[in-house]
Amino acid sequence: MSAALPAGRRGLPRKVPRKYVPVLVTAGLFAAMLVAGGLRYRGFADGQVVLNVFVDNAFLLVVAVGMTFVILTGGIDLSVGSVVALSTMISATLLTGHGWPAPAVIVLVLAIGAALGLAMGAIIHHFEIQPFIVTLAGMFLARGLCYTIGTESIPITDGTFTALAQTKVRLGGGLWVSPSVVVALVVVLAAAYVLHHTRLGRDVYAVGGGEQSALLMGLPVARTKIAVYTISGFCSALGGVLLSFYMLSGYGLHAVGMELDAIAAVVIGGTLLTGGSGYLLGTVLGVLVLGLIQTIISFEGTLSSWWTKIFIGLLLFAFILLQRLISARRG
Amino acid sequence: MTDHILRMNGITKTFPGVKALQDVTLSVRRGEIHAICGENGAGKSTLMKVLSGVYPHGSYDGEIHFDGARCAFGGIRDSEHAGVVIIHQELALCPQLSIAENIFLGNERARRGLIDWNRTNHEAARLMERVGLRENPTTAVSDIGVGKQQLVEIAKALSKEVRLLILDEPTAALNDDDSAHLLDLLRGLRDEGITCVIISHKLNEVTAIADSVTIIRDGRTVETLDMATDDVTEDRIISGMVGRALDNRFPPHEPAIGEEVLRIEDWTVHSPSQPGRKVVDRASLTLRRGEIVGLAGLMGAGRTELAMSVFGRTYGVRVSGRIFKDGRPIEIRTVQDAIGHGLAYATEDRKRYGLNLIDDIKRNVSAAGLPRLARRGWVDEREEYRVAEGFRASMNIKAPGVSSVVGKLSGGNQQKVVLSKWILTEPDVLILDEPTRGIDVGAKYEIYTIINRLAGEGRAVLVISSELPELLGLCDRIYTLCEGRVTGEVARRDATQERLMHLMTKGQE
Repeated sequence: MSAALPAGRRGLPRKVPRKYVPVLVTAGLFAAMLVAGGLRYRGFADGQVVLNVFVDNAFLLVVAVGMTFVILTGGIDLSVGSVVALSTMISATLLTGHGWPAPAVIVLVLAIGAALGLAMGAIIHHFEIQPFIVTLAGMFLARGLCYTIGTESIPITDGTFTALAQTKVRLGGGLWVSPSVVVALVVVLAAAYVLHHTRLGRDVYAVGGGEQSALLMGLPVARTKIAVYTISGFCSALGGVLLSFYMLSGYGLHAVGMELDAIAAVVIGGTLLTGGSGYLLGTVLGVLVLGLIQTIISFEGTLSSWWTKIFIGLLLFAFILLQRLISARRG
Repeated sequence: MTDHILRMNGITKTFPGVKALQDVTLSVRRGEIHAICGENGAGKSTLMKVLSGVYPHGSYDGEIHFDGARCAFGGIRDSEHAGVVIIHQELALCPQLSIAENIFLGNERARRGLIDWNRTNHEAARLMERVGLRENPTTAVSDIGVGKQQLVEIAKALSKEVRLLILDEPTAALNDDDSAHLLDLLRGLRDEGITCVIISHKLNEVTAIADSVTIIRDGRTVETLDMATDDVTEDRIISGMVGRALDNRFPPHEPAIGEEVLRIEDWTVHSPSQPGRKVVDRASLTLRRGEIVGLAGLMGAGRTELAMSVFGRTYGVRVSGRIFKDGRPIEIRTVQDAIGHGLAYATEDRKRYGLNLIDDIKRNVSAAGLPRLARRGWVDEREEYRVAEGFRASMNIKAPGVSSVVGKLSGGNQQKVVLSKWILTEPDVLILDEPTRGIDVGAKYEIYTIINRLAGEGRAVLVISSELPELLGLCDRIYTLCEGRVTGEVARRDATQERLMHLMTKGQE
């Protein structure tokens, strides 16, 4: 789309459109971390290290995709971590306790997640309540429901699940990813397609850009808002399924605080918390940056894992300031 | 020599690109009620903001003398300390707090840092009695009507030892009884020696209550009239308020008026915040194909409210009335219904309600007409790009490309994007609310040309505007609205600024 570029370009565009700046900054940061890690630690430059970031964070990636939809409309979904935990719990108890077949369990869990999201979205829209408080209630509800199933961790021994947990999708050259990574990437691609090429995607951006103006343009604001929470609920449930492949257990204390990791990934990926601006690619990079911080801390060896939180905190500050600067210059 | 409590001399206030006030002079005698009249945007409110320190000393040129002393108010606190209190049109009360708490907000009755509730409520009760407000001081402000809230504001002013009370459109939101009570109260305050400056569109109130009136037009003082010595009538005030030059800023327009396309009958809309108040009252309008119709009215007349309530009930509660499209009755419950019936509404606040400023031109252009560019939910982006490029050329939107962010465009180009968006939905009726607000002269001409073209294509265009010359230059027929009622319908050849202003201020012809 050469017409989109400013006039007077020579070879490369002279000026990058401002809306891409946050994503590019995150991409640059990711590249810089890779290079720095490769120089500092032996064995870091191995491609499998990057792929392991995907393997270890596939579930977070899926959850963050759903969160991206919600944040793009200017909302927030605090319930995702609890829905992930609830999904692992339901999966484990049905598989291990009741001997359900794996496909039926997965379908049921996804339906429950989507239904929870739908219910929260409907409450947010029809009663005009802030998403923060509705999804906070959803967070407590889903977390509490975990303990009605059981207070202990429930192991998963189902053949399909253990097979999926142990399968390596070989990429050649000794590199591999887990099936979860494949699922996560499919979700990312599908979501990116929906966001950028469908009416629903347009409506998401328009609602985030200004709900009143979207309403006055005749856009289906109600349907859009309910849809994004449904998508987020679905993604959380899918993230929960992927997490149960990874953990091979269901537990009420799984994914504690994951909602905050997902929000952090989305924001670090350059999506405006006020909505209307951001890209899924940014969210993917945001998840990778978070994962890579953990990897670097573990390579460092002597640092406590709490340093991960410190770096994430500092990064979040930096990115929110960046967003502020960009939107201030825009005004 | 007359005893003036206030003299403002040579006040000039500039905003980026606009001279809001130019060499304005205002002299107010001690103990009088002084009215300020002028059209929308004449500069009345700006002048009062200069006086009350909302625009601090140094941000304007000129001198203010209050009570003989030269003033340099750095903020509202300074002016209030001197005894100048302004009550804005939008009341500045905290709805959840009680009447007494609101009266003493920022000026609490306290002893050693703790609020003295006895004294607070006791003194509040005394002030409330002075303004004739019979309520319990502990009642929350949200539980009393707007008329009474206005009285709370005045009680609050009295608690600050006010000597010059400024009221900006105090009766705009009040019903007749509340208005009458308020005017009586102002007379009472005058007798107690409090000077009042009142901004009002309601000229019957002005002639009834004011001792003198200053007329402002286009940021300049036109004249100050003394009610006692000059023979001041509403006509006299109107001729001072209007009289802006009609120049050739309008492209020629040869109307080819066809069949009736939209008829609105007995349209009544109630305010969502004060459910008892009718914002639009039994209004009836007719629009014909190829016709440009104006809707004139002063601030608060209900123009935007009328348009938005018709456009999918985006404003108001308890909306009633009938709408006919091409002679057949239709129901419009949502914006989608309105668009489906061929209506389009370009809002007066395009930045907040008309555009997604952080998105690009093509997505703003396609937003309302997206169903036309999509099949089963998938957007045909090639087509979208082609359509947007087409509008960029035909509407002369000045931007490097259709992927430019709308927020960076000038006002005129933003408005062209808004118009493109609606033209894409192929409307039969376009309602354009203040289509040239905040747009420079050259771009205005372009917008007028576009409006003419739209009418030439057989669409009906309803233009809402505060600028009478614009309506006179553009429209084939003009309706006037006053306090929610249609007070007149004037054909182009019979329309003058005086005639319209009469109808806009006086009520029924």
